[in-house]
Amino acid sequence: MINIIKPNDQSHFDLILTSYFVSLMKNSKQTMKKILTILIAMTLFWSCAPDKPTNQEEFPDQPAAKSAVESQIMDPTKGIGAVKNVTLKTPLEQERVSRGIAIYEMKCSACHRLDEKRVVGPGWKDITKTRKPEWIMNMVTNVDVMLEQDAEAQKLLELCLTRMPNQNVSIGDARDVLEYMRQNDGEK
Amino acid sequence: MKTIINSIGALALVASAFLMNSCQPKGPQEAVVGNAAAKVYVAPGQYDEFYNFVSGGFSGQVSVYGLPSGRLFRVIPTFSADPQTGYGYSEETKDMLKTSHGYVPWDDFHHTALSTTNGEHDGRWLFGNANNTPRVARINLKSFRTEEILEIPNSGGNHSSPFITENTEYVVAGTRFSVPMGANKDVPISSYKENFKGSISFIKVDQTTGDMSIAFQLRTPGFNYDLSRTGKGPSHGWFFFSCYNTEQAHTLLEVNASQNDKDFIMAVNWKKAEEYIAKGEGEKVKARYAHNVYSEKTHMTTSTIKDEVLVLDIMKYPDIVYFIPCPKSPHGCDVDPSGEYIVGSGKLAAMMPVFSFTKIQTAIANKDYEGDFQGIPVIKYESALHGEVQKPGLGPLHTEFDGNGNAYTSMFVSSEIVKWNVKTLEVLDRVPTYYSIGHLCVPGGPTKKPHGKYVIAYNKITKDRYLPTGPELTQSAQLYDISGDKMQLLLDFPTIGEPHYAEAIPASMLTAGSTKIYKLEENEHPYAAKGEKFTKVERNGNQVHVYMTAIRSHLTPDNIEGVRVGDEVYFHVTNLEQDWDVPHGFAIRGALNAEILVMPGETQTLKWKPQEAGVVPFYCTDFCSALHQEMSGYIRISPAGSNTPLKFSTGDTED
Ligand code: HEC
Ligand SMILES: [Cu+2]
Repeated sequence: MINIIKPNDQSHFDLILTSYFVSLMKNSKQTMKKILTILIAMTLFWSCAPDKPTNQEEFPDQPAAKSAVESQIMDPTKGIGAVKNVTLKTPLEQERVSRGIAIYEMKCSACHRLDEKRVVGPGWKDITKTRKPEWIMNMVTNVDVMLEQDAEAQKLLELCLTRMPNQNVSIGDARDVLEYMRQNDGEK
Repeated sequence: MKTIINSIGALALVASAFLMNSCQPKGPQEAVVGNAAAKVYVAPGQYDEFYNFVSGGFSGQVSVYGLPSGRLFRVIPTFSADPQTGYGYSEETKDMLKTSHGYVPWDDFHHTALSTTNGEHDGRWLFGNANNTPRVARINLKSFRTEEILEIPNSGGNHSSPFITENTEYVVAGTRFSVPMGANKDVPISSYKENFKGSISFIKVDQTTGDMSIAFQLRTPGFNYDLSRTGKGPSHGWFFFSCYNTEQAHTLLEVNASQNDKDFIMAVNWKKAEEYIAKGEGEKVKARYAHNVYSEKTHMTTSTIKDEVLVLDIMKYPDIVYFIPCPKSPHGCDVDPSGEYIVGSGKLAAMMPVFSFTKIQTAIANKDYEGDFQGIPVIKYESALHGEVQKPGLGPLHTEFDGNGNAYTSMFVSSEIVKWNVKTLEVLDRVPTYYSIGHLCVPGGPTKKPHGKYVIAYNKITKDRYLPTGPELTQSAQLYDISGDKMQLLLDFPTIGEPHYAEAIPASMLTAGSTKIYKLEENEHPYAAKGEKFTKVERNGNQVHVYMTAIRSHLTPDNIEGVRVGDEVYFHVTNLEQDWDVPHGFAIRGALNAEILVMPGETQTLKWKPQEAGVVPFYCTDFCSALHQEMSGYIRISPAGSNTPLKFSTGDTED
């Protein structure tokens, strides 16, 4: 559903998400029913969620509620969040890699090393071989929900005992970091 | 049942309080009745309906409460240094308290002014006055931080301030005390009449940045300028000031400034003043005053000393200012939401005059004057008067308004709030306050569209209201429901400092815009380390600059060596977090200043002078994660003149 075409292009994601919902609306009664159940589930989820606004406010296009529900329909190995499908290219997109390095140095390097050694968070070596790209990007852009609801993320929290912080990373930026992770894992 | 017993108890207490002090109120509703508790109960996790910004008086700060719960959310450091946040101590913020006299770490904050557009709240800024060393501050209502402080030259105490025009074009700052002005200020105090002058500053506000600059000052006759309100609607373009001590006494004012039957309300046609300025009138006068601006990008204060103001001497421009006689040392001078009525509160008067803007205009057109004061026309009292509120209570001070044509006046001496109708001048209701109310606040009360619903009393004395705490007791606020015909006491709560004026604004106007983090990408602090890779320690003569980062839960670098006694160490701490509500603190043993609290994405600097050789720990003061206790480090101090190599690291285990 989501294809990443242009780097750092948040509006592009908005567009695709919106068109997804519009196409749903145009479809049959059955889909309407589906939307209804989703809506009800969303309300239920919200009513037991804490009142305190979460970081989701900053990314209104990826509300936690929606992601939570969709995750039940979708592939759990992709994690929970707005990122559904990432297309990876070979060779690596070098522009992304260099932006990814800068983001890593500013926002991630305090806790993640590039080798396998765990400091505050797990080392990144081979992460792109063990995790789906979508999962990684959702972990970075929707970390509070991931730590609440994603079994794999929760296992990590039990191991590290420090919550991975929301570092206010846009989806485009997360994609750049992912590209850097791929390079770190030896891809060309 | 319990509540009934409680209220009986409260009644008894109140009754005994009355017996003890005959000056105290004798109103009918002495205790809380009915469903008061339900009306102020905001369940855990739920939000309040209003923000209440309450000046702290001698605390120098402004505190932020929720209404109707009365819960305290925050104290915003403004005119007083605040060791718990580092405000006024950190290298970045200490210049906020700079003045022409040097560093002034305290002041007396009396009045708030929430910015308006078209006379209605717009949620941009909150202005505040420093009464002692005259200054005006601007607080950003996104970050809830003091962003700018402007000193006011030629002022002997900035009391009639900060009051703002309808679109926040100007903030005014009128001097409470007149002082000698001009080249020679070394004059006998007894030459008051001849040498002392008043001064009213009009501060221009940049509509996008909020930046303040003194557009001009009016030089006015020498007496005391107390309070003020802008005109609005039909009276937009005018400002009204209460004046006392028109006797021009310079000693024992308590007696000597209370001789005249009437003092003045001064009506200022500021649009006229603007016209004169536009024509090039006025005189540039030497002055020295500080202007301090805090930047959210560099996280630093820029402090400049200005050396000139433009002065219009109103004696030369008699159509800028008119005096209106007002009985007995007026304090409050409040304009109703329609902009037509101006309420004068003579502290010592047995009634309250309400003036009509239309009548004032007619009187001016007809030159309906009773005389002049030093050449300034004095309008005939009767010609300006809409009517008098008879026997309102004792010691009227301030008036606020609801949206239904009612006024609420605080009565200091009789400790009550009196509700009356602005048009008919009829007294409608009165409730006691506990005790000695000063200011009061109706949400949106000074605007064209009051939000109404509550009136809050700010009391000077609490005596027997709370558990005793030694000789020094808290002041208090009291919340009343004004949605019905009768005012109903709902709640009282203690306050920070001594509250004077306060304002309330619907929470919905501010919550969405509230700053959550400072973006690291936008941090332009010259000593920021935007990532651990950029941490370092640099020596520059005897100055050592530590570019440090903080993130859950470690500081980088956390081992520093090669620093010597006699050095000045600057810890520039950048908080690498980008999530809401994750500040880190930084404190080091023996620091003579304070700690610093660093918000996500921000850089703040603590200066420290090591006094003796040894190894000194430092740590994070804000509980940030399960491993917060581990968030610490060491700095090794070698004797002066030694040559221990400069070294720094985090996570290195071998030497
Ligand atoms: C304050 C420390 C900290 C920072 C900064 C941080 N992380 Fe994490 N990260 C963690 C921790 C701890 C975990 C393990 C999960 C947990 O305990 O919450 C984690 C887990 C992860 C994982 C999953 C790792 C795995 O082995 O599956 C990814 C991916 C990740 N982080 C990416 C990032 C990116 C990208 C950034 C920078 C934008 C970042 N992190 C910044 C602490 C941090
Ligand atoms: Cu900490």
